[in-house]
Amino acid sequence: MGDSSTAPLLSVRNLSKRFPVGKSFFGKPKKWVHAVNNVSFDIMPGETFALVGESGCGKSTTSRLINRLITPDEGEIIFDGRDIARISEKEMRPLRAEMQMVFQDPYGSLSPRMRVQDIIGEPLLVHTNMSAGERLKRVHELLEVVGLSAAHGERYPHEFSGGQRQRIGIARALSVNPKLIMADEPVSALDVSIQAQVLNLLRDVQEEYNLTYLFISHDLAVVEMISDRIAVMYLGSIMEVAPNEELYGNPQHPYTQALLSAVPVPDPEVEKKHVLIEGDLPSPTNIPSGCPFHTRCPLATERCSREVPQPKEVAPGHFVSCHFPGKDI
Amino acid sequence: MAETLLEVKDLKTEFKRGKKDWITAVNGVSFQVRAGEIVGLVGESGCGKSVTSLSVMRLHSKHNTRITGEVTFEGKHLLELKEPEMQEIRGNEISMIFQEPMSALDPIMRIEDQLTEAISLHNQGLSKSEVHARCVRALKLVGIPEPEMTLRNYPHELSGGMCQRVMIAMAMSCEPKLLIADEPTTALDVTIQAQILALMEQIRNEHNTGILLITHDLGVVAETCSRVIVMYAGNIVEEAPVKELFRNPHHPYTKGLIESVPRLGRRVRRLPSIPGSVPDLSAMPSGCRFAPRCAYARPECSARLPELVEVGPDHKCACPFYANVRKEA
Repeated sequence: MGDSSTAPLLSVRNLSKRFPVGKSFFGKPKKWVHAVNNVSFDIMPGETFALVGESGCGKSTTSRLINRLITPDEGEIIFDGRDIARISEKEMRPLRAEMQMVFQDPYGSLSPRMRVQDIIGEPLLVHTNMSAGERLKRVHELLEVVGLSAAHGERYPHEFSGGQRQRIGIARALSVNPKLIMADEPVSALDVSIQAQVLNLLRDVQEEYNLTYLFISHDLAVVEMISDRIAVMYLGSIMEVAPNEELYGNPQHPYTQALLSAVPVPDPEVEKKHVLIEGDLPSPTNIPSGCPFHTRCPLATERCSREVPQPKEVAPGHFVSCHFPGKDI
Repeated sequence: MAETLLEVKDLKTEFKRGKKDWITAVNGVSFQVRAGEIVGLVGESGCGKSVTSLSVMRLHSKHNTRITGEVTFEGKHLLELKEPEMQEIRGNEISMIFQEPMSALDPIMRIEDQLTEAISLHNQGLSKSEVHARCVRALKLVGIPEPEMTLRNYPHELSGGMCQRVMIAMAMSCEPKLLIADEPTTALDVTIQAQILALMEQIRNEHNTGILLITHDLGVVAETCSRVIVMYAGNIVEEAPVKELFRNPHHPYTKGLIESVPRLGRRVRRLPSIPGSVPDLSAMPSGCRFAPRCAYARPECSARLPELVEVGPDHKCACPFYANVRKEA
């Protein structure tokens, strides 16, 4: 976990992104999807920072903004001391060696026409001056690191199971010794027994190479196991940020509480006490005024629909964006 | 004990591959579903849980599938019925909900037309206004706030949770005695999942419907099911009441599966995982199919496929060495 003396590896300040939907006769967009609204957080070197939330909350858009696959409308992204929010694609390219991605779909993220050793070696080809022999040697090392063998390099992705493919994806991300790995739902397409293997692997390589993770997931139990600090997102905004034990032990935002209580517990002896929150997610084209959660919040008052709550620090490192933090729903 | 609704005996489903080659997806499974109980059918992808349910409904193509065994529903042998007779049972007496609510609904038909189709197919002679009234009632039953408006919508105008409610409404519209739900909440967010699971329990309580819930999520099983069937590679490996299964798992696979699920509030550095991956259908290991991944495997295990035997009240397990598993646990 990061302490206050070191500088954050990644610092996101007031990041916003909206996408146009539909065009009027004159080519002006009719509506905007507000995917990410005023999001700020820091990631310390060596920690695992998780973004959790339901589908459409903007967690994946945030990660794509950070590695500049899309350009933010507003805000700063300070990576390793440098603001990369507005730099050109040409300047960004070498930086991508330092921030690698692991994707959700182990079937879609590996080219079916490339051998595994070429897939894993491709970042080395792009970012380094290594010779073919050196690259192959490195690929073989990486295959061993992720629990496969050097002989697997000759094969094609279709010859592997989902869990093994995710290992290949992790090896590819590790190849260029990145500082930050962004893992977008890396285990949600996998079966439980395989999911545990991949989570353990992510843990092991983090310790071995002193990696920093941005871990994106909708699964609160997985996030609890792997993360040091967690941000809960809802409709493009961060509702609550806290260290792991704080967030799970003492959730302050009604949305976090509702989310935690909705997770089914794999133990029939535990009496369930779900707080069902009513209704569906509002459309991101038309985000509610004030607190975005007020339309579904059991504690909402008139003030919540009027005023956007600002993050308040309720405990060291624990920030809540709610007018009435700490009230149990 | 409540009456037995569905009795499956020694069901075997094989698919044609090539000209003479058959591969076995479900290898002789037997189980029952009683009225008013929710039975969980759990297993990882490819274990045959969905194939089992589709075989019960006879929804596999006749040209490339061979189904043997016995499926009895209220005294009728489903596998021997003529197609029109089976058609009477589908939807009327047994209905099914699928995983992807968005793709199970017809995208170019209004909700009302889709519901009307289901209702009038099984209730000929109802007038238009009677059918409409039943549509409204069906949507009200599943907690849709404005049924008249929803009836005029197309599926793309509804959220995933709403679509799944419409699917359940459609499935329940003819008040079936048995509902087969194949991963009904897998595509949904946790807060919506909690709503849908609560709805299924409510339907069970009000109509005494028997529900066969197919899922890979042990959390969902622990919260909703009264009895659980665990499948692995086409076989049932264990069957027990839900509390007994979680408290006292006998089969090494069940034990591994329960342990590998991350749980809220119980943070561990490493998750126990099951090594290896699920065997391919066309290359099944001989004897016990779990033996290559099993920590307790002995040479005898690969000699013969173990039978499902009674190991306690209502508790069956297909591992002759279950006593050892318990000792170590």
